[in-house]
Amino acid sequence: MGAIDFAKLPHIGESLLRKEDYRFLTGAGQYTDDIVLANMRQAVFVRSPHAHAKIIRIDKTAALAAPGVVGVFDGEDVAADKIGGLPCGWLITDTQGQPMKEPPHPILAHGKVRYVGDHVVMVVAETLEQAKNAAELVVVDYESLPAVVDVRDAMKPSATALHDAAPGNHCYKWSIGDQGQVDAAFANAAHVTKIDLVNNRLVPNPMEPRAVIGSYNRAGDDYTLYVSNQNPHVERLLLTAFVMGLPEHKVRVIAPDVGGGFGAKIYLYAEDVCLTWAAKKLNCAIKWNCDRSEAFLCDAHGRDHVTHAEMALDKDGKFLAFKVHTDANLGAYLSTFSTAVPTILYATLLAGQYATPQVYVEVDAWFTNTAPVDAYRGAGRPEATYLLERIVSRAAWETGLSQDEIRRRNFITEFPYQTPVALQYDTGDFPQCLQKANELHDIAGLPARKAASAAKGLVRGVGYSSYIEACGLAPSNIAGALGARAGLFECGEVRVHPTGSVTVFTGSHSHGQGHETTFAQVVASRLGMDPSMVDIVHGDTGRVPFGMGTYGSRSISVGGAAIMRALDKIEAKAKKIAAHLMEASDADVEFAGGEFTVKGTDKKVTFGQVALTAYVPHNYPLDKLEPGLNETAFYDPTNFTYPAGTHICEVEIDPNTGVVRVDRFTAVDDFGTIINPMIVEGQVHGGLVQGIGQALMEQCVYDRETGQLVTGSFMDYAMPRADDFPEFTLGHVCTPCTTNPLGTKGCGEAGAIGSPPAVINAVLDALAPLGVKDLDMPASPNRVWTAIQSAKP
Amino acid sequence: MQVQLKVNGRAVTVDAAPHTLLVQTLREHLKLTGTHVGCDTAQCGACTVLLDGRAVKSCNMLLAQAAGSEVTTIEGLAAADGTMHPMQAAFKDCHGLQCGFCTPGMVMSSISLCKSHPDASARDIREGLEGNLCRCTGYQNIVKAVQQGAAALKA
Repeated sequence: MGAIDFAKLPHIGESLLRKEDYRFLTGAGQYTDDIVLANMRQAVFVRSPHAHAKIIRIDKTAALAAPGVVGVFDGEDVAADKIGGLPCGWLITDTQGQPMKEPPHPILAHGKVRYVGDHVVMVVAETLEQAKNAAELVVVDYESLPAVVDVRDAMKPSATALHDAAPGNHCYKWSIGDQGQVDAAFANAAHVTKIDLVNNRLVPNPMEPRAVIGSYNRAGDDYTLYVSNQNPHVERLLLTAFVMGLPEHKVRVIAPDVGGGFGAKIYLYAEDVCLTWAAKKLNCAIKWNCDRSEAFLCDAHGRDHVTHAEMALDKDGKFLAFKVHTDANLGAYLSTFSTAVPTILYATLLAGQYATPQVYVEVDAWFTNTAPVDAYRGAGRPEATYLLERIVSRAAWETGLSQDEIRRRNFITEFPYQTPVALQYDTGDFPQCLQKANELHDIAGLPARKAASAAKGLVRGVGYSSYIEACGLAPSNIAGALGARAGLFECGEVRVHPTGSVTVFTGSHSHGQGHETTFAQVVASRLGMDPSMVDIVHGDTGRVPFGMGTYGSRSISVGGAAIMRALDKIEAKAKKIAAHLMEASDADVEFAGGEFTVKGTDKKVTFGQVALTAYVPHNYPLDKLEPGLNETAFYDPTNFTYPAGTHICEVEIDPNTGVVRVDRFTAVDDFGTIINPMIVEGQVHGGLVQGIGQALMEQCVYDRETGQLVTGSFMDYAMPRADDFPEFTLGHVCTPCTTNPLGTKGCGEAGAIGSPPAVINAVLDALAPLGVKDLDMPASPNRVWTAIQSAKP
Repeated sequence: MQVQLKVNGRAVTVDAAPHTLLVQTLREHLKLTGTHVGCDTAQCGACTVLLDGRAVKSCNMLLAQAAGSEVTTIEGLAAADGTMHPMQAAFKDCHGLQCGFCTPGMVMSSISLCKSHPDASARDIREGLEGNLCRCTGYQNIVKAVQQGAAALKA
């Protein structure tokens, strides 16, 4: 079935209430920490207090003798058991054709620690309290080394190197685009706009901290790992094939209810491996539940780019060429998808919504003595959007155009469109998104609102951001050519039961996205049944055939498409059974609304009758067809999907305090086909708060000299709260994706991608009369006030 | 140390070490795992329960401090036949939850808020929920849910 027919089915576009809510609302959710296994011990990690140090000596004697302790492990024990380091899932090839520098990433530090929070020793005891007490008794002697925190320090020739395998702390230099063409275009430019900016480092902070239970069953020589994770099959693949050398059929990974992910729970972490490994050594189950303060130290962080860029324009404000240099902070070690974020997921988006003929992007990636940096909601695309939309608004101000006019003049309007940075956009309607955003925002009323603010001694401004993202990750062959070490397809199994109800097994994982409802809508619509007749199973390698999990707004467009393929097979087989029952030829059978009919007759059988016949095959073409109605499909996308839209932010600022208040925020997004508008809008709301949080509040700070984490708890790291926001206005434009059978594009990250530059552009627009021309995120009261004071003549 | 209290209408006696937190008692001794721990600085509010009808962060008080009190957790809200409390129903109707982790605390805080401010405006609700963090919903639908829940509780 194609996207056009799909969108017309019943239940598609209906805001069905969520099937999963009852358990969450009554306290019946089962998160990893809620699970208690027999014979379960508790683990605690001794972490490095130094950003960079040699380990001189580890004395475990006192800890081993402490009450309740069953094991104390360090890097020597890991090495002795030949447990490998954590792998990086994406190989970047540099501008010289050489592979990136890929230093070892041991699961317990060996010889050296490289960031505050680096795992040094694991203590396992009967109770958590005993483990914590024993961890205090572990003695580690360190010889501290100079630390580098900022990429601008890491690249200095005098900087201390973290890894022998990465001289100068350099991981790779990578580029995309035609530098010669870009330089030629700049030579003929009427105007050049320049910008230097920092994309601030963030801590993802899903509300459920990471949690793991590693367990081992000696009778079957097999393992079960419960883990708060977004992609259990990927976790198992990395754990077994790349680190522990275990056969996959002996390891079951269960990601039960997961309390948010936002990228931070994609990765295989050291703790996951340590617990699995020690579970066999100690022949028991071991739980580790991350404290929030610990999560700040050791969850993968996001963003942290330093960028210089220049845009060449002709005399009419049309973009001629864009050139970018970015220094990306990868942290101390390469996390699972870290290397793809500032390259494949970033630079390829720098054409944005614009028909800029030439784009050249160069990226240097550096190691620093900070927690590993990896994908966080948006992953590369927010960094691209922030850069491009900041420079576009700046170009507007420099050339005297309005922020929306410069965008309109440069929008891509014909599709498919091949960008100069590898991607081919299949469809979109950028001018319509902008126009609708202007209308919903009541941009016409801005002058009156500005005057009202001025009367109160406040300044008001408006900021635009027209973003595009590449979602639905990803065509495996393209990803492979770009360095991915895994496929990026998805798998779905549709199991029709004898009485006609359905269980679907999906490789996508829901940790807030509502797949149990949306996917049930898809299946119920196709099969002509009530969504209550369809249950979705996810998050268990023991039940789901395979899967690549949930990230990059891929679940509906890739996971949903796999289910659609499986439904195609179900429908094809069911038609044959129906044809047999109605004594008709297969080709004459039609299926709609849960009924099979024969063209030109009044014959019909229901889906339920066919299901029963498949399992009670008394009257059945057994010579031609197997019994049963259970189909599995793998779907590999042929292109990325391209959600796009325009966000408008309007702020009011008190120049006396520097406090920025978001007064209005309008987001118009094109997600293609929308299956459940309620769920989609919820995704946008959440993304907007994370994006506006980045723009105004959130900032992960390490002390630049010592590498100590300054923002190490919710007391120091400004998490967005309910009273920081107005009510958002949302709108939609729909140009269905042309490359998947649902027409969907994905909606999980758009809010976080589109909003940050809209906010900062609004702040700069408001402050322009005060002479402020530049500001980095987060635009905290202190920064805004300081910028106002510094701009005073 | 033995402590007697009432949890979700049931009298319980808990035998625990003196430094046991109320949230540990609920989760570990009474197996009421609907109350969650999302931080270690009493900032996130995922552990919020009602103590004699008032919202408290159960990670931030000792079991001993709850002696003789009546504690209501998320498990204690629905009717015996499983029908959800009006505030639970409102969160479902308004899509006021996504991953569900902050939800129990959010619902308990909302009930307490509506009790003390039955006519709270959207702005009052946003300010009243300052002690509860949610990373998924962007709060907009939570505010709607609390408005609907408040109306239902008044009816």
